[in-house]
Amino acid sequence: MTIVAFAFWVFALSAVASGLMVIASKNPVHSVLFLILSFISAAGLFVLMGAEYLAMLLVVVYVGAVAVLFLFVVMMLDVDFVEMKQGFLQYLPVGVAISGLIVVELILAFAAWKMPSDEEFAAANSLATQGSPLAAPGAPTNIEGLGLILYTEYVHYFQIAGIILLVAMIGAIVLTFRTRAGVRKQDPAAQVARKREASVELKKVPTGQGI
Amino acid sequence: MIGLGHFLSVAAILFAIGMAGIFVNRKNVIIILMSIELMLLAVNINLVAFSQFLGDLTGQVFAFMVLTVAAAEAAVGLAILVAFFRNRGDIAVDDANLMKN
Repeated sequence: MTIVAFAFWVFALSAVASGLMVIASKNPVHSVLFLILSFISAAGLFVLMGAEYLAMLLVVVYVGAVAVLFLFVVMMLDVDFVEMKQGFLQYLPVGVAISGLIVVELILAFAAWKMPSDEEFAAANSLATQGSPLAAPGAPTNIEGLGLILYTEYVHYFQIAGIILLVAMIGAIVLTFRTRAGVRKQDPAAQVARKREASVELKKVPTGQGI
Repeated sequence: MIGLGHFLSVAAILFAIGMAGIFVNRKNVIIILMSIELMLLAVNINLVAFSQFLGDLTGQVFAFMVLTVAAAEAAVGLAILVAFFRNRGDIAVDDANLMKN
C-alpha cells in the first residue's frame, strides 16, 4: 500500500466517521467539534487530489469561521438539547432507508460513468482544449493556475461571490441587531440639530425686582 | 491505486450522512444546519475530484463558489436562529408553525 493510498483511507475513514458522529452525538458542542474534524479530513482529501488552494480555503473558511460561528451560537443559546434528541430512534429507520437509497443510487451512477481515454479526449476536442487546463502554460502550481483563470475568465463570478458575502453580512447584522428600550444613549444627530431657540430663553427682568 | 471512484464514493457517503442527519435530528435546527454543511462539503469533494481527474480547473472555481454560498448561508441561517430564539425562547422547529395556523 502506497503512502497515498494509506493517507486516502485515513482521511476518508475519519471524514465519514466524524460525519456520523456529527449527526449522532448527544451534545451539540461535540457535533461542532466533529464537524471541524470532518472538514479537516476533507481538506486532507483535497490535498491528495492536488487542490491545495481549496484545501487551505476549507481550513480557513470552514474551520476558522463557519465552525467557530456554530460553536458561538450553540454556546449562546440556552436550550435543553437532551429534550431535542427525542424522536431520534423514531426517525432513524426512514432516515437510514432514504440515505441508503441515495448512496446506492449515487454509487450505481458513478460505476456507470466512464473516464474518457486520452484518445477520446483528443478526438472529441473536449475539455482538454476548451476548458481551463489544469497545468496552464507557465502555471506549475494549483494556486497559480486557479489565480490565472479566477481573475480573468471568471472575474464576474468572483465579483458576484463578493456581493453574496456582502449581502449575507448585512443580512446577518440586520437580523440580529436590536435596539434596547430604556438605555440612555448619546444621540449626536439630535445634539447637532438643536437650535438656540429651543434651549435658551431670554427673559425680560424688570429692573430692581429680582427674579 | 486510488482513483476517481474512491473520492466519489466518500463524497456519496458524506452526502447520505448529511441527508440522514436532517431526518433523525428533526427537532434540532443547529444539527440540521450542520448536516447541510456536510452535504455541501460532499458536493465540493465531487467537484474537486472531477476537476482534478478531468484536468479542468473550472470545477475548482465552482467549488470556490459553493464554498462562498455555504459560508453566507451558515451566517444568515445562524442569524435567523438567534433572532428566532430571542422571539420565542426556544428553537424547536415543531413549534414554528405560525404561518400554517
